[in-house]
Amino acid sequence: MYKNALFLSAALAAVLSASPATAQTEITWWHAMSAELGEKLEEVAQGFNESQTEYKVTPVFKGTYPETLTAAIAAFRANEQPAIVQVYEVGTGTMMAAQGAVYPVHQLMTDKGEPWDPSGFLQPVVGYYSDTEGNILSMPFNSSTPIFYYNKDVFEKAGLDPEVAPKTWAEVEEFSRKIVDSGAAKCGFTTAWITWIHTENMSALHDQPFGTLQNGFGGPAAEFTFNNEVTVKHWDNLKRWSDEGLFQYGGPVGGADAQPKFVSQECAMFMNSSAGRAGVIRNATDFEVGFAPLPYYDDVIEEPKNSIIGGATLWVLNGKSDEVYNGVAKFFTYLSQPEVQADWHQFTGYLPITNAAYELGQEQGYYEANPGSDIAIEQIMRGTPSENSKGVRFGNLTQARDAVDAEFEALLAGQKTAQEALDSAVERGNQILRDFEASNS
Amino acid sequence: MVENRPFLNLLTHLVLIVGVATVVFPVYLAFIASTHDANAFARGLAPMLPGPHMVDNYALMLTNGLSSAGAPPVWLMLINSTVMALTIAIGKIIISIISAYAIVYFKFPFRLLAFWMIFITLMLPVEVRIMPTFKVVADLGMLNSYAGLTIPLIASATATFLFRQFFLTIPDELMEAARVDGAGPLKFFRDILLPLSRTNIAALFVILFIYGWVQYLWPLLVTTDSRYYTIVMGIKRLAASADADPYWNLVMAAVMLAMLPPVLVIIFMQRLFVKGLVETEK
Amino acid sequence: MQSKRTIFPNKLLPYALLAPQLIITIIFFLWPAAQAVKSSFEREDPFGFRTTFIWFQNYTRLFAEPGYLNAMGRSALFAIGVTALSMGVALLLAICVNRLLRSGKFYTTLLVWPYAVAPVVAGILWWFMFNPTIGIVPYLLDAFGYRWNHRVNGNDAMILVIIAASWKQISYNFLFFVAGLQSVPKSLVEAAAMDGAGPFKRFWTIVFPLLSPTTFFLMIVNINYAMFDTFGIIDGTTGGGPAGSTTTLVYKVYADGFLGLNIGSSSAQSVILMLIVIILTVVQFRWVERRVQY
Repeated sequence: MYKNALFLSAALAAVLSASPATAQTEITWWHAMSAELGEKLEEVAQGFNESQTEYKVTPVFKGTYPETLTAAIAAFRANEQPAIVQVYEVGTGTMMAAQGAVYPVHQLMTDKGEPWDPSGFLQPVVGYYSDTEGNILSMPFNSSTPIFYYNKDVFEKAGLDPEVAPKTWAEVEEFSRKIVDSGAAKCGFTTAWITWIHTENMSALHDQPFGTLQNGFGGPAAEFTFNNEVTVKHWDNLKRWSDEGLFQYGGPVGGADAQPKFVSQECAMFMNSSAGRAGVIRNATDFEVGFAPLPYYDDVIEEPKNSIIGGATLWVLNGKSDEVYNGVAKFFTYLSQPEVQADWHQFTGYLPITNAAYELGQEQGYYEANPGSDIAIEQIMRGTPSENSKGVRFGNLTQARDAVDAEFEALLAGQKTAQEALDSAVERGNQILRDFEASNS
Repeated sequence: MVENRPFLNLLTHLVLIVGVATVVFPVYLAFIASTHDANAFARGLAPMLPGPHMVDNYALMLTNGLSSAGAPPVWLMLINSTVMALTIAIGKIIISIISAYAIVYFKFPFRLLAFWMIFITLMLPVEVRIMPTFKVVADLGMLNSYAGLTIPLIASATATFLFRQFFLTIPDELMEAARVDGAGPLKFFRDILLPLSRTNIAALFVILFIYGWVQYLWPLLVTTDSRYYTIVMGIKRLAASADADPYWNLVMAAVMLAMLPPVLVIIFMQRLFVKGLVETEK
Repeated sequence: MQSKRTIFPNKLLPYALLAPQLIITIIFFLWPAAQAVKSSFEREDPFGFRTTFIWFQNYTRLFAEPGYLNAMGRSALFAIGVTALSMGVALLLAICVNRLLRSGKFYTTLLVWPYAVAPVVAGILWWFMFNPTIGIVPYLLDAFGYRWNHRVNGNDAMILVIIAASWKQISYNFLFFVAGLQSVPKSLVEAAAMDGAGPFKRFWTIVFPLLSPTTFFLMIVNINYAMFDTFGIIDGTTGGGPAGSTTTLVYKVYADGFLGLNIGSSSAQSVILMLIVIILTVVQFRWVERRVQY
């Protein structure tokens, strides 16, 4: 009994006195990485803490992406903000507009005299988070891009070559029809992220403007223009394929119902973030998964552009001491090291952020040993990015995406045509943009 | 039982069995999920019968499953949840029962205003007024403390309203008799109202304990120090957020484990229920 | 407003009794709520750098938006559905348990379990049950020839969120109905039985009226629950879709304010929401409470 009490109080004391006696500068890092990703993130922080003695990075899990962002904003308003916060890509517009709250990364690194070479980063990744002059505003951390997954076993059953994925949407339709007609699977394909994949990336791949002013990079006065011909045609097709049973809708936002449709072999093809690769492989125990770049319309463009990214970056918030920022700069330098980057990228399935990390992975033979793991990198690196494929930057993008999802559902329910749905999504989206512009000026 | 009607008794049991089965089914499903391997829930129709991995899953959860590198040990999260749930439940019951007593048994200026002021807190959950509430708590220096975790959640319109409803049903004769006997307001409250309220207090305690136990967003916001992590935050950390495909079997095992303390509270409080019942039987 | 015929004469004691509750309410509720009212007249960026006073613009904009009026209709449907379903089922179960006395204990324990499931998790469980691929419910419905699809069919989605939200509240209602039923004096029921009244007649003429304070309490609590506390469940199951058919007023506040960070508009929405519920509550106190027998 005594012993137990002693042990308990010792353990309690150990927990309560987690901060060490030495005068280390503490750097708080709020993040939204749960499960294994969270553990890996903590490993990264620990790696930095062990590499030096002056600073200590403390990662704090703050829930989902929206919860983390809202918590950080609430904390900032109460002057209790962390030094670093992980913000998802749709929050980029919000963070950029909050100039007084943010310490831009390029400036931080120059101020602190840390080595900073923007050309060392993968351009499509940092491009998404740069201003029009090419200055990087937030530290890329976990980026991903949508790719195409397919069920090789079902392909074989349907009499298709399991090593050949559809390249174009015409082929997706043709393959789907074969699969459904032959009874190899109930549906041809499903998808996560109607917004990100079938609207934003649809425009980028086909070099169509998603909005004015370089897709919003040029300033908050930008407007949406994604009711372009290609997207209308694509949505029209999706509706038709849905009616014919070739395509099944997986739900709004991230499309939570889509992955079960794919791994249960109900649908033979699936589009999702490249970061979902590990999860798909783990769940797809009864069949072999193939990976491919996203399909495109070859009558619109011969060589599709690069796809655009998603995921999150690390923003540095204002209002901390110089000491803290010294530590943040050192931490970011640590984070960009090829070994750290390659380890994070290979474990999580996120894109590497530096060329060096990518090259290191090639040297290690990682991509050969893990087929499909380089599809995403090749897809974002192909060709020369245009204004339309650099990314999208709009305020309140979360709300605008909600409007897109709702309009897509109205299309599927037969309440609207593709043109009407996209026109109305653009109109609602522009209203949201004007609100954002008004409240930030 | 007033009289014995076999048919009605049978019907009663039938309704209860069907009702309980339906209501408990989602919980059963969580239990089933916790006994399978990680993939069982993604392939085809979800299983309906227990799987072979129950021992592994629970053993993993109890040893180190819930705490990763940065999270505190499970027992500390359980202690935090218990402290939070107990403080909220007891605090709410105390401040509500005395304020309901004031509203029902006294007449004073601003009585109505006071009632409505309290009543209005029924509305607008924390999520909806998050920024200003957070600011208040931060200004009072209550971030990262048990006080910050509990006090803002202690004001309770529901409990006050319930006690008001209950006090109004207590016959006036009781109070008249007490006054004839020379009992003051505090004595009347202690000796008569409190014992009479026992069934309601027990019901309320169960409800409020669980209310405190399942809080998620508020602890997430006001704590940045892992010493104050609660068990539900621990579960959320296991479950889905960005890009991570959760291990549903482990998440559900954690969910089942986290349900045990509230269920113990229910079973314990039932003794009070039954006791109150036997007394009214007299 | 009800009160006792006889009361204690003390002047200061009631204030002392009310003080703790009122102080906490003022600091942690009224003050933040006042801030919400203030910001409903403003346009502000999330970080609070630029604030402009814009009178009623947030409000006029809302009422010009078809989606908002639609959300009002959906909320009404949702609130009525949840209140009726969760109270009806809970009352039926409570009556049954009350008849059984001791063996009812077992049922009670089981019936309270769902309440112990955190809302975060409840959303996941219902997503599982109704998932078109892996869920049991669409599978069973399919056997009866109904193609369940809450991702496209708005009615399916509404049924799903009503069932899921009611489920969370059944345990709560059940516990208070049991507590209420137990305070009904057995002597009254026995007297009626001796007069030859059957069990159903006894329930409607004696038990139900005596239960009215509890029913009134639960009705108000449930409407509040449905109006305010259900965005977690909606978020976890339908995400407000398809095409806004399960977007209730509070879900919209959550989506626009918490997820979308549009502070002015979401404040205006919470103010409207509060006004609606205050009016509803006052109406209930004035009209419904008259029928309540204390």
